[in-house]
Amino acid sequence: MTVDAAPHKKVSTGVLLSGNEAIARGAVEAGALIAVGYPGTPSTEILESIADRTDIDVRWAPNEKVALDVALGASLGGIRALATMKHVGLNVAADTFMTMAYTGVGAGLVIACADDPGMHSSQNEQDTRAYARMAGVPLLEPSDSAEAKAFTALAFDISEEFDTPVLIRTTTRVSHNRGVVKLGSRADKPVIGFQHNPKKYVMIPGHARARRPVFLDRLKRLSKYAETSPLTVELDGTSTFGVITSGIAHHYVREVLPDARVLKLGMSYPIPVARIREFAETVDRLFVVEELDPIVENDLHAAGINVEGKTFFPQIGELNPDTVRRGFAAAGILPPQISIEPAPPTVARPPLMCPGCPHTPPFLVLKRIGAVVTGDIGCYTLAALQPLAAMDTCVAMGSSIGMAIGLAASGGADGPVVATIGDSTFLHGGIPGLADAVYSQANITVLILDNGTTAMTGGQEHPGTGLTLQGSDTIPVDFVALCRSLGVRDVRVIDPYDVAATYAALEGAAAFVGPSVVITNRPCVEAPMKIRDLPYEVIADACTACQACMTAGCPSIIWSDETFEGRRKVYIDTDTCTGCTLCAQLCPPLAIVPINKTKESTSV
Amino acid sequence: MASMIVADALVRAGHDVKQSEVHGMAQRGGSVFSHIRWGSDVDSPLVPAGSAEVLAAFEWAEAIRWVEYVRDGGAVVADIRTIIPPGACTDRRSWATRYPDIDAGLFDGRHIKTRLIDASSTATELGNVRAANSVILGSVAAFLDIDDVHWEAAIASLVPRGTVEINIAAFRAGRTVSDAEVPQQVPDPDGFPGPHQIEIRHEWCKGCDICSRFCPEFCLEVDIDGKLVVVNADACTGCRLCELLCPDFAITIRPPLEPAIAAGPTDATGSST
Repeated sequence: MTVDAAPHKKVSTGVLLSGNEAIARGAVEAGALIAVGYPGTPSTEILESIADRTDIDVRWAPNEKVALDVALGASLGGIRALATMKHVGLNVAADTFMTMAYTGVGAGLVIACADDPGMHSSQNEQDTRAYARMAGVPLLEPSDSAEAKAFTALAFDISEEFDTPVLIRTTTRVSHNRGVVKLGSRADKPVIGFQHNPKKYVMIPGHARARRPVFLDRLKRLSKYAETSPLTVELDGTSTFGVITSGIAHHYVREVLPDARVLKLGMSYPIPVARIREFAETVDRLFVVEELDPIVENDLHAAGINVEGKTFFPQIGELNPDTVRRGFAAAGILPPQISIEPAPPTVARPPLMCPGCPHTPPFLVLKRIGAVVTGDIGCYTLAALQPLAAMDTCVAMGSSIGMAIGLAASGGADGPVVATIGDSTFLHGGIPGLADAVYSQANITVLILDNGTTAMTGGQEHPGTGLTLQGSDTIPVDFVALCRSLGVRDVRVIDPYDVAATYAALEGAAAFVGPSVVITNRPCVEAPMKIRDLPYEVIADACTACQACMTAGCPSIIWSDETFEGRRKVYIDTDTCTGCTLCAQLCPPLAIVPINKTKESTSV
Repeated sequence: MASMIVADALVRAGHDVKQSEVHGMAQRGGSVFSHIRWGSDVDSPLVPAGSAEVLAAFEWAEAIRWVEYVRDGGAVVADIRTIIPPGACTDRRSWATRYPDIDAGLFDGRHIKTRLIDASSTATELGNVRAANSVILGSVAAFLDIDDVHWEAAIASLVPRGTVEINIAAFRAGRTVSDAEVPQQVPDPDGFPGPHQIEIRHEWCKGCDICSRFCPEFCLEVDIDGKLVVVNADACTGCRLCELLCPDFAITIRPPLEPAIAAGPTDATGSST
């Protein structure tokens, strides 16, 4: 189902679209013929929302750099291209990104990059606006779904007019906020075709030196464009002070100061310095309200414009109407906020691995064998939390393997060194690490948790799954053959639901001298389809309340009201139990059985 | 899905609407929330604290977590369903769960109307437990000024095909469902005066590792010389798995030392007799 074909969303004023859906819609309306990215919260749904369309090629790449390379190649080939990623994904793609600012583009090329202030689902909260400045690439910042669509379409025009890639930067509250959007029709953009131009596209030093002044001149022209662009909007008000806003922060300012004079920057790089200077001269105080780093604030300080910003508004986490209100209260603009009675205490609910998750048993084993575990990015990172507490590091996509090599080389690890990495993450950034493990004959074990999907972001296809984003069959990567071809001598494939076999394989691999690989072979229980077997239950009379099952941290097992020798017995929520059998294998008195078995035994 | 139905009903009723939610890590069993704002022209998609008309809580502990967003005199509709996270079941000294008691009067101080409903039972009576969320929406609708035509059109367009009828029936039932009876809270068990004492008969132990592999509290370890050592003595809960599993009868678990023996004055009395 395509976005505009969703009949339930059709209303007289427009349709409800998330910011991500609106970006995709903007690219579709702008006539983009290819959209490519790597999943990452909060950017994932951009591509998913148009995957069913037949008039645009929508793909997952194995990582963001490949995605951006594909987009650039397509753009040079003469079709409008959209690349999507989350903020940390741009780090991976940065190598291409920095130099494509020199080459420029063929047809329009837009990169939608979603930041995650507050780190709802990320390892850092870096600010993509800093990348725009480093690379010299214009950046548009929509503040809601309607703008997300309009800005994306406009970004393609800017890209072609100025021969530059263009960044669209959203944050979680723009990407994952639904708002009313009016739909337009799709522009028909014919394929321009590839123009052979080595001086522009072959960035050997001699050519790149010639592109550098072209690139700087373009920035000057973009700065001029920013001054007169419709993206900069001044909102009249009655206040004597003024506020400069961009992105979601704009709406928080309007929420708490509906009558303030506001200059809203739709393009937050390059910024319209002259226009802001003019605005500054008409107000007695000028504030910058921006999420994350004081980037516009610093730009304006550098331009000699006196502004106030991070003195009052937090640099950490997301802004919201309350933090913005507090900031203006601290600045003396608003009266102090009346505090709200704090909520009574409640139970913490940290994220957990799902009931039946095939990642759980290997981590239980790694904890038992005293391994030092370098982790990676995915659902399995949750193994770092109690009660599993079986992960020692997690830094960036694919880092687990290189870090394991270094940790083993340091001689400082107090147990076998094991790198744990998911299938999608391994294909994204783990393969060079494994090549180095072989090259350096590192004494490590790499545990590839192959659940056949990109689970953390909701279950996306990748080169190991045998399916494309648009549903075509393709050739899946053969992990065993890949590891062997890299030179790994000890490669084992295990069923993670077989706890004893998992023990044996991980202990054996850890004892192997040199790099070894263990690959798990059970699919994710939630995506792409829910996997449910006969649930298990606890025979209360047989439970000795030893807590062996509780060491797995399964959300389906909690304490019952019954006790044995003062300890709490357990019970299983049969609605959520998947029947994975892990707890039954851990239970010494064999008190955990499939539900029909208990019925049989009680009826006998 | 429930928040999309609310947003869709509001759009149908002619409002500008913004609906904000968080995906990703929060989906893995974490706390998931969605804000919905409506009006003639909505700015912030996030609800400022203390200003929400109504909080729809699909679980009791979440009602408490998010009640700060509700305005004084607003409303909370909460399902009496409880989803106890495993993290609430970790105190192996007191054996108390850290899950808050259900209490219809908890928010009275802020004059918030609390409506406790048993959505799952109502939906089950209607024929499908999966329609429970529509029961909650029905109860929420009682606090909002949206015509039922819009609610029901939103439900019909968003729920899976074949479940429209039951969801609309559940929605209507939710409007009038009677307040749920608060389930009786079972008191926590008496805490155990641990830790137990682990005695190892080293001359019988061959270092086979079975006990250390199974100890739920990670109390035991076989050291580099193959000798069993107690590494985490304070954590022993006395489950006696190690004692029962040891093929060589090398481990004995003894109850905790009686406080009577350790404490001064009683000890003096004890030794004099």
